[in-house]
Amino acid sequence: MMQKYLFIILGLFAVLSALMVVFEKNPVHSVLYLVLTFFAIAGEFVLLNAQFIAIVNVIVYAGAIMVLFLFVIMLLNLNKETEPHKALWMKFGAVVTGGLLLLVLVSTLKVADNAEVNPMNTNIGAIRQLGTVLFGQFLLPFEVSAVLFLAAMVGTVMLSKKDIK
Amino acid sequence: MGLSVFIIYKAILVLIVFSISLFMAMYSTYAERKVAGFMQDRLGPNRAGPFGILQPLADGVKMFMKEEIIPNVSNKYLFILGPSIAMFTSCITGAVIPWGTSLHIAGYTFPLQITDINIGILYLMAVTSIGVYGIMIGGWASNNKYSLLGALRASSQMISYEIAMGLAIIALVMHTGTLSLRNIAAQQSGWHWNVIYQPLGFLIFLICAFAETNRTPFDLPESDSELIGGYHTEYSSMKLGFYLFAEYINMFISSAVISTLYFGGYNMPFVHRLGLSPNLEAILGVIFLFAKLCFFIFFFMWVRWTIPRFRFDQLMGLGWKVLIPLSLFNIGLTGTIMWWFHKI
Amino acid sequence: MQALTTRAKVAVNKKMTFMERLYLPAIIGGMRITLHHFFKKKVTVCYPEEMRPFSPVYRGYHVLKRDENGAERCTACGLCALACPAEAITMTAAERKPGEENLYREEKYASVYEINMLRCIFCGLCEEACPKEAIFLTDRIVHTDYKRSLFVYGKDKLVEPADKDKRIDVSKRQTKSVLEFKSQPGFAHNTLYTKALKA
Repeated sequence: MMQKYLFIILGLFAVLSALMVVFEKNPVHSVLYLVLTFFAIAGEFVLLNAQFIAIVNVIVYAGAIMVLFLFVIMLLNLNKETEPHKALWMKFGAVVTGGLLLLVLVSTLKVADNAEVNPMNTNIGAIRQLGTVLFGQFLLPFEVSAVLFLAAMVGTVMLSKKDIK
Repeated sequence: MGLSVFIIYKAILVLIVFSISLFMAMYSTYAERKVAGFMQDRLGPNRAGPFGILQPLADGVKMFMKEEIIPNVSNKYLFILGPSIAMFTSCITGAVIPWGTSLHIAGYTFPLQITDINIGILYLMAVTSIGVYGIMIGGWASNNKYSLLGALRASSQMISYEIAMGLAIIALVMHTGTLSLRNIAAQQSGWHWNVIYQPLGFLIFLICAFAETNRTPFDLPESDSELIGGYHTEYSSMKLGFYLFAEYINMFISSAVISTLYFGGYNMPFVHRLGLSPNLEAILGVIFLFAKLCFFIFFFMWVRWTIPRFRFDQLMGLGWKVLIPLSLFNIGLTGTIMWWFHKI
Repeated sequence: MQALTTRAKVAVNKKMTFMERLYLPAIIGGMRITLHHFFKKKVTVCYPEEMRPFSPVYRGYHVLKRDENGAERCTACGLCALACPAEAITMTAAERKPGEENLYREEKYASVYEINMLRCIFCGLCEEACPKEAIFLTDRIVHTDYKRSLFVYGKDKLVEPADKDKRIDVSKRQTKSVLEFKSQPGFAHNTLYTKALKA
């Protein structure tokens, strides 16, 4: 029972800080709220007995990616005055794409099978299980995403090199 | 074990670990100055009390009494949040370290570890990766270019070395087959210390630990000569004290982690042959762990007063071009050897 | 170009060998050196408890001497203030009244005699200028204080105690060459004291 309440509180917290990410004027504050969101989500994962995913969420998203975000934003020194005003069509496009993403998410949630999960099975989020699933059932998508990351890395190196013959 | 006993035991353990971390950090500042003095043919602090033993208290009083300055152009909340995060993250790391085996009192078993989560190592990694926020937020909120430079250096340095550290740990985990620090410590009974099986991994981990705790030769975020103190340039009073203290707690915890992961933790060979009672053996184990840990704290200081600071491009070069390939090679080597001995 | 010292070295930017690029041997070598120093004898002198011996020619703050009867030797002639390159000395002269013969040796004496220790450069020219052998530099240190005004030493600090046992010893300042210099005919009025000191 307590877990359920905790889950709801954390969820509310996550949504609230996610909203603050959007509404906050100062980009550095936005990033910090995003970090808070990730922490709330990590807490949810812990409550769902997926400690590994929770901790990896913290390490990778809150601990590495958000640090880099913060790094870039601090370097750029974005102020309110220098914030570019987007054209109307751009805002419209953003709303449409965002809406489409929402549609996709809602539809996936709808078709997901609500199979009963045994709550007593504490091993469900354990690393061994996760590894077996990732390197067995989902090997191809896993490797494909790895290749995607490699491509992104190569692209970054290409962009950062000034003179490539 | 009843719930009330459980809660009291955990509360006491948390209190003890917390106060010991603070105590060790306090006396690390004293030891640092003593070691620095001795290595430079000086005596170090020796005025406050016999051999200057009360120096940390005097420093603490000084820190508390000093005027507190918050720059009026800075973001006040973030300015205060910075040192708080630094202190908080360094204090919560001690929760997963197995300080000893278990005490048996009145029919109950009390493991000398606050919590044994099955992903202990990852928890440590996560907390260290959060620790950089304290420095970044503080450096940014100071609204000072040197602080900002320090913060940026800290973040890039910590992210770079976290990768090598993680890869070194992966090789270790391949060998141990578990992420729980308790199991890793228990596996190393006798002479089966992990440093014998993972010498290269240990070296990489050690270097990364230096970088993660911002100690010389990797103290670029706070280099006095170039950045006038780096991220804590604008800090004064106990907020500055928090940053400095957090660094020493980090050093204490990293020494504990190094001893636990690679040097057998609370294990000491030949202790089983003495035929002591389990309780006495557990207490001896704690003492052994602290002996190892103190050696590493001394080692941290020893290195600090020997090696000058790296240049920033050298630091990045070492991290990305040497340590990461080396740790990948270490993973490959570990895998090959394990396959050779059919351990997989 | 000719080498300026015997220790000059020509910098060679040769490519480092693999062992050198490992850095670890060099680091371990450095750590051996620091560990060696860790156990070496310390050079620190714990000041108030143990003091380094002063050099015999050390010049600390001044003393205004009394003669063997306990009368102040200074006659407020002002030669010391004139000789002082830092202009640290000021004094006010006064006339000795009847009945004060045991206090002041000559008819004229300094009612105020002040040396500003922040200006003083401890050169010793005042000592050399003094025709009465009244002022000497001693091996006493000027102590630190919180106010500038406290560094202006008056007669209370400068004049030595009348008590014979508590006199300040200035025999170190009476070196052979000084005594020879003082035995010139111009100093004849002082030979009494110089002779007494020799004996």
